[in-house]
Parts: sequence; structure tokens; C-alpha cells
Amino acid sequence: MKLKYLSSPYLVWMVVFILVPLLMIAYFAFTTDSGSLTIKYLSDVGQYANIFVRSIWLALIATVICLIIAYPVAFILSRMDKHRQGTMLMIVMLPMWMNFLLRTYAWMTLLANNGIINHLLALAGLGPVKLINTSGAVVLGMVYNYLPFMILPLYSVMEKIDGSLFEAASDLGCSSSQTLFRVIIPLSMPGITSGVTMVFVPAISTFIISRMLGGGSNLLIGDLIEMQFLGNSYNPHLGAAISLVLMVIILVIMTVMNQFDPDDQVLM
Amino acid sequence: MENIVSLKNIILEFEDSERILKDISLDIRDKEFVTFLGPSGCGKTTTLRIIAGFLEPTSGDVFFEGQRINGVPPHKRNVNTVFQRYALFPHLNVYENIAFGLRVKNVPEKEIVRRVGEMLELVNLMGFEKRSVNRLSGGQQQRVAIARALVNRPKVLLLDEPLGALDLKLRKEMQIELRRMQQELELTFVYVTHDQEEALTMSDSIVVMKDGIIQQIGSPTDIYNEPVNAFVADFIGESNIITGAMPEDCVVEFTGRRFECVDKGFEPNETVDVVIRPEDVKVIPADKAKLTGIVESVVFKGVHYEMIVDGVDHKWVIHSTKAEPVGAMIGMAVDPFDIHIMKKTEED
Repeated sequence: MKLKYLSSPYLVWMVVFILVPLLMIAYFAFTTDSGSLTIKYLSDVGQYANIFVRSIWLALIATVICLIIAYPVAFILSRMDKHRQGTMLMIVMLPMWMNFLLRTYAWMTLLANNGIINHLLALAGLGPVKLINTSGAVVLGMVYNYLPFMILPLYSVMEKIDGSLFEAASDLGCSSSQTLFRVIIPLSMPGITSGVTMVFVPAISTFIISRMLGGGSNLLIGDLIEMQFLGNSYNPHLGAAISLVLMVIILVIMTVMNQFDPDDQVLM
Repeated sequence: MENIVSLKNIILEFEDSERILKDISLDIRDKEFVTFLGPSGCGKTTTLRIIAGFLEPTSGDVFFEGQRINGVPPHKRNVNTVFQRYALFPHLNVYENIAFGLRVKNVPEKEIVRRVGEMLELVNLMGFEKRSVNRLSGGQQQRVAIARALVNRPKVLLLDEPLGALDLKLRKEMQIELRRMQQELELTFVYVTHDQEEALTMSDSIVVMKDGIIQQIGSPTDIYNEPVNAFVADFIGESNIITGAMPEDCVVEFTGRRFECVDKGFEPNETVDVVIRPEDVKVIPADKAKLTGIVESVVFKGVHYEMIVDGVDHKWVIHSTKAEPVGAMIGMAVDPFDIHIMKKTEED
């Protein structure tokens, strides 16, 4: 197999830009400025438990909302006739053509205390509602930005499910909801797990969304890490330790998640 | 025997397309093996899907044991389907595929074990319980699909070209198997196929369809021996179809000659289709024959030779156990009762 040499550029890339940095993070997390071994920074991470909990919680809510919105969309999309699927997919992807920052800025102006939504509410005689700088705004930002990452893997798995299976289920006595739970969900499980991964992982480590829409009161792990490298409380060792803990948390959650994925099944 | 399924004046139209079914009416008797036979696009699968409940007719009524079942969803109908490409659940193993319908109906576990066991025995798949359906051969998948449908003890089993994907030998075996199951379980089978031989082998009665219209309903013998028109005659086995005329009762004129026949009741000089089966054409010496022709080709078909004979006005297909040399002038004779006269079908 000569073809395997074609993968060597990626292997080099992986070693230089992924493996080495990972080792460096581990090294920084376990050493002091003078280079001696320590677990001080790792134990310091415990002080920020509330931020970890908030990050996991908000990312979890955003992931669940994405799943609830994306699942029916992906299903309907996958059952449309082929050329309409292309158009609809483009509409789903459209927001992603716009810059991430710009999209989030747009939400800032929409949600601001004297923003468009509050203006409209005032016209309807309703008092100003605090929208920006809430955890709700952070979740909204996450859902808005990461929704396509949920729709696409769900769609690509569902699109491969043979429609006659739904007829077979119905023929064998399934109502629509029984078909959903006995056939559609089990068969789309690989799409659910990869969609959840693709939303949850960026959501748990985001810092721009929380800073722009959450104000100072909704600090997430991403903000915390950024502060250790770029902020006033410069401390790369603590930053590396937090990153390491975050990685372990994600790894554990993904391992649990993958238990639901029947990877010995070949989907036809 | 009473009717278990009845269709009355079924018409089906899809949006922006022509009529798929044009006034289909038929009765299916209990415990009968009925075959819908016709070329692709004739509406046979569509009719099956209307009985299953996957399609609603534009107009007309569907009756099941005397009850009108229009609008009843598939999961509430006492019929089960064996799908064309089986539609087995890829996330379930053989056992769970068969048990699917019982689990949906919350049948007690003990009974599930017993009934699935019975089915595995019926379709000869003992020992395959834990096997993934993706790792079964086509014939085995077919058996799982049949077991999965039959385990629900439907009154009627609908089969949509179930043997289409199997090779010839397996298909022949399954034909006999299916017939055995139908008789053993005393069920009504409604079977869709485009293979006339399959239809003749298995059925109690055959419904021949073309362009959304029923051409003929009858037993295999009736349909083969007494086709109502040239289409049915041609579709059920090969035929020589010649345009002719009936100058008077029991006399038919074709290829410029008059022949004795047994049909009557046509208008004087009415234009008709004359249908003669290839095996009914006898080869006789040319000097004693009304019909002559030159042998164009001879093909060995196993049981018989198939000869194409050029008789000027018509190319005859003849099945004979004796081959004639290519290029020879031969004579042909047909017994009066082997000449079938049919009303000309409108479109051709």
C-alpha cells in the first residue's frame, strides 16, 4: 500500500501542531516557573469549580436545545426530494458564511438594553427586559452559532436510512411515535452522538460568546483560560492546568456519550 | 369461501401525473393465493400498497372482512407486508427483527420467545437468532422478512415481488416454500410479480393488470388457455398474434387464408386478434399445408427447439421437439381448437 505515504503530511502536522502542544500543556500544568514538578496548579483548579459547573451546565442546555430543534429539521430535510434538499441545506449553512464575530455582535445589538427587541417591547407597552448579559443570552448565542453543526451530522445519517423501514415499522403495528422511538432514533444514533460532540465541545470551551453576550457575570472556562494567558492575572501554569482538566472532562463525557453509539452496526 | 379483501372502483391519481389506477374492482377470497401480474408500471404494487394502507385511493372503497377500511392507518390493519427489498431493521438482529411486531404490541416475553421460535422453525433459520441481518444472504434475509410478517398472524400477507433479488434456483425453491407456508397456515397471500411463470406456479387465481386496468382475473389454467385479449395471451407465455377477420361463426381468415375455428359470436367480418401458442403449431410437409414458411432460426431451449419461421405475412414462433434445418421450406398446421380468437384491443 503505497497510498499510506499520502497521509504523511497530516502525520507531521499532527505531531508538530497537536501532539507537541498537548505535551507542552501537560508540562506547564505540572511544573512551576523554575521547572520543578508540582500539582499546586491542578489543585488550584478546584477554586473555579463553580465556573466549570456553569460551563458544563450552559453547554449542556445549549446542546439539548440544538438537538431538539435540529432533529425534526434534519428528519424533514432527509425526506425531501433530492434537489430541494440541496437548497434547504444551503439555507441551513447560510449563517455560517458570515463571520462568527459579526453574528455574535448582531445579537448584542438585538439584545441590548436599548436594543431592537427592547424597542419593540416598549412599543407594545412592555417594560424593558434584561436580555443581554444573562446566561440565557449565552445559551442563545451558543444555539445560534452551533445549530448547523447539529443539523448536518443528523441529516447525513438520516439521509441514508431507507424510507421503507418506516413503512415496515408502520406495517408491523407502530404508530408514528413508536416508529420514532423504535426505528428512527436507534438508527440515527450515530448522528446524534456526533452532533452532540460537535456542539457540546465548542460550547463548553467558548469564550467569545460568553464575553459578548454574558457580560462579566457569566464567566465560562474559556474566559478563565484566556485570562491566564492574556489577562492581568497572567499565569500560564494555571491556564494549562485548567485546559488539562477541561480536556479530561470532555474525554469522560464523550466516552459516556459513545456508549450510546452502536459502532458495531453497519448502517445501510 | 367469503371475500376477505374487496376493492370497489379504486381510482388513484397522483398530483400532476396521469391516473395510476383506473377503476380497479376485485374480490380476494379467504385462504386464497392471489397474484397480481403485469409489466412494471401496471399498478400492481400500487394496488398492494392501497390494501396495506400506505396509499389512499383518490376514490373508491377498500373493504376488509366486509368493513370499509379507507383511512385506517397501516398499523391498525390486520395485514402484514413482505417488502421488495425486505426492509429489515439494520439495528436489530434476526431474533429482534422477527419479534418487532410482538414487542410493539406488548406481547408477554414468554409468548414472544415461543412465537419467534415457531417462526424460526417455519422459515428454517434456527441458530441464526443472534446474527446481524446485515450478515445474512439474500435468501436468508428473505426468510427473516417473511417470518417478521407472519409472526403477527395477519389474516392477509402481502408480498411485493419478494423473490426478485434471488437467483433462479433459490427463487424456485422459495416459490414452493411460500406455497407450502400459505397452505399450512391457511392464510390469504396477495403476491405481486411480473414473472408469469411464478404466477402460474403458485397462484390459486391471477389478476393480470396493464396500465392501471385489470385485464383478466382467473385461475392459472383459465388465464393460460383462455386469455381474454392479445395482451394477456402475450404476457402469459409466448404467442403468435396475427390480425384476422371473422367472415362467419367458426371461420377465421388470416394471412389470406380461411381456417376452421371454434369461436363464434363476432360481428360479420369483424377484425380480430388471432392468438396461437407456439407449441400448438405443428410442422407438416410443405406441399400438404395451407401455411408455409422458411425456417429463419433454430434455438435449443432444453425441452424444445424454438424456431422462427418466416411465413411472408407473419413471423411464426414454433416450439417443437424436432429441429428443422435453417432455410428449409416447411408447412404448418393448427388444430381448430388451438386457434384463439380475441376482440381487438383498442390501442393496438
